[in-house]
Amino acid sequence: MSRHLLSAADLTADQAWEILDSAEQMDAIQNREVKKLPALRGRTVVNLFFEDSTRTRSSFEIAGKWLSADVINVSAKGSSVSKGESLRDTALTVAALGVDALVVRHNASGAVQRITEWVGCSVINAGDGTHEHPTQALLDAFALRRRLGDLAGRHIVIVGDLTHSRVARSNVLLLHTLGAQVTLVAPPTLMPAGVAGWGCTTSWDLDATLAGKVAGDVDAVMMLRVQRERMSGGYFPSEREYAIGYGLGSARLDLLPEHAPVLHPGPMNRGLEISSVAADSPRSLVLDQVRAGVAVRMAVLYHVVAGADPATELEVRA
Amino acid sequence: MILLRGARPLGGPAVDVLLADGRIAGLGDRIEAPDGAELIDAGGAVLLPGLVDLHTHLREPGREDTETVATGSAAAALGGFTAVHAMANTNPVADTAEIVEQVLALGRRAGLVDVRPVGAVSAGLAGERLAELGGMARSAAAVRVFSDDGRCVSDARLMRRALEYLKPFDAVLAQHAQDPRLADGAACAHEGELSGRLGLPGWPSVAEESIVARDVMLARHTGGRLHVCHVSTAGTVEVVRWAKAQGIEVTAEVTPHHLLLTCDLLTGYDPVFKVNPPLRPAEDVEALRAGLADGTIDAVATDHAPHASHDKDHAFADAAFGMLGLQTALGVVIATMVETGLLDWAGLADRMSVRPAVIGRLAGHGRPIVVGEPANLTLVDPGRRWQVRPAELASIARNTPFAGRELPGTVLATFLRGRPTVRDGLLAESRVVAG
Repeated sequence: MSRHLLSAADLTADQAWEILDSAEQMDAIQNREVKKLPALRGRTVVNLFFEDSTRTRSSFEIAGKWLSADVINVSAKGSSVSKGESLRDTALTVAALGVDALVVRHNASGAVQRITEWVGCSVINAGDGTHEHPTQALLDAFALRRRLGDLAGRHIVIVGDLTHSRVARSNVLLLHTLGAQVTLVAPPTLMPAGVAGWGCTTSWDLDATLAGKVAGDVDAVMMLRVQRERMSGGYFPSEREYAIGYGLGSARLDLLPEHAPVLHPGPMNRGLEISSVAADSPRSLVLDQVRAGVAVRMAVLYHVVAGADPATELEVRA
Repeated sequence: MILLRGARPLGGPAVDVLLADGRIAGLGDRIEAPDGAELIDAGGAVLLPGLVDLHTHLREPGREDTETVATGSAAAALGGFTAVHAMANTNPVADTAEIVEQVLALGRRAGLVDVRPVGAVSAGLAGERLAELGGMARSAAAVRVFSDDGRCVSDARLMRRALEYLKPFDAVLAQHAQDPRLADGAACAHEGELSGRLGLPGWPSVAEESIVARDVMLARHTGGRLHVCHVSTAGTVEVVRWAKAQGIEVTAEVTPHHLLLTCDLLTGYDPVFKVNPPLRPAEDVEALRAGLADGTIDAVATDHAPHASHDKDHAFADAAFGMLGLQTALGVVIATMVETGLLDWAGLADRMSVRPAVIGRLAGHGRPIVVGEPANLTLVDPGRRWQVRPAELASIARNTPFAGRELPGTVLATFLRGRPTVRDGLLAESRVVAG
């Protein structure tokens, strides 16, 4: 496996399955009294976050710690451009501390890829701008697989602010790699430029899509967070109108087949893109996704950081 | 006195050319060298009128760490230019007679090219009220090109007034066409399949085209002179073609990088390819070449924009816009227009010297190569290819998007009023202290 994980497109189907299988093993230790594996003992992982994050940062932190790595959080928010330091200087400074892996979140697309040009250690993309969030896609696939089994041939619908969503981009790439079919639903203003080239069915009509009239029966629906700031950009007129057109309320929930779960990467805007009925229903995988986050990030850290060194063996014995 | 042996004016038959007293003093099959004349063996190289750039950022005053008038003049001379228009977005902004006269003086001190200051349209480039256009036009710098380049004069009323107000001075308004509501400061990649995939804020073609469409109608309404900076889309070419057919006084320029590079280069998120307007898809590049070939686009202008590495070593969205262009312009135009058969040498001279000089109302440049004309000339060996090495460029900054590329056309010599500023491909005089 590559030294870095920058994009969901970096993974072959075999590599993705390998990570998800490892994650299953990692997940098992969450039930143990002592939640520690020695895999990354003596390794240092830095969470370099240029943008606020609660769940991704803490999930990477726990993942690193359960693998016995030394984990340090560096909040670089506002330290780059506004203070006059270049991204290169920030990255080199942190890397000079002697780290084995950088887990990077940045508000600008491509920033994480740029960092790999300057530092020698492994780099994991924890979300770059509106580009990608590959570990989110992996944990979504993990949660989906647990609920649905094999994802090949499954039909996943992704709904919401696709233009600005790194979660959507990574999910489209990974789901395609895993053999699933993807339909994207959003108002025209929130459809990404050139989406026709993504290999997905697209629709402006959520009801028809969920009812299976657009691209066949639906196996899961993933609701994306919609930022209220988008209204000032003229992307949609009001929260009410968005919720009516594209929110997952109880009537829409009933359009879904019995087996189809609901996902949301969080944090949720209840009443906007997702109703409480949907968020708290038995279909909801929201908390499963959060839990999967730790196991999947353990697996990613293990494969990316220790994977380069065959002497390190994964020991997951009960 | 200089005697060029065996130069081919505009790629025609080889002749001898005598330069004396700043002018072309003789031109013929065989000229005997007068006493004291310096001989330069042109060896069949192509002789062009000295190139004229309508769009150069020399960064002085304000960012002398990236370029000065002197180092930019050196880059220009080495690139075959004899005149450049220095854009107004310096710090302080060139929006008064005092600043443009200062830039003029710096240019004269460097003495390598004629540096023609461009004046700002609006005070401080703020787009709110007119700068002292008359003061700059009447100053020693005799400004004839006004531009808020870097920013669009987006307010229709201000644009209208500026076009009207400039008429007594026979000056041109060079518009940076970018509707700030359709493409704001964050917009940094051509809006299309690639920007969607890379998650980069899109800069849609229509943000340029809609401003150009409005501006040509304002030019028609006012009778003012409009020049469209760095045309980047096929749609803009169509609008300009239509406007010219209506008899509207509009001219347009295209940059060398928009003639060669496409937005596909953004895949690696390297900000050396970040420029405003952004690189466009191949269809636009093709339309720009066709527009330059048929004369819809009048001129090639470099938009030479030096930036310090620490202003580029950021994430793509956070890095500065712009790329170097003076030393690579001629090679890129030869590669994209001459070697492809779209323009002959006379056509290249027209687009890189004759028409830019006319648009800038620049006397003494872009003239025919005949006896009696000012000896502002460039001698280029079209067959000698060279590799672009950033460290070897004369600019202080290093942000060339052509690093490692091989370009045709080596500038052997540049003459400013008969005096060589470049000889044997090197600066003729070391009047420039390296920055």
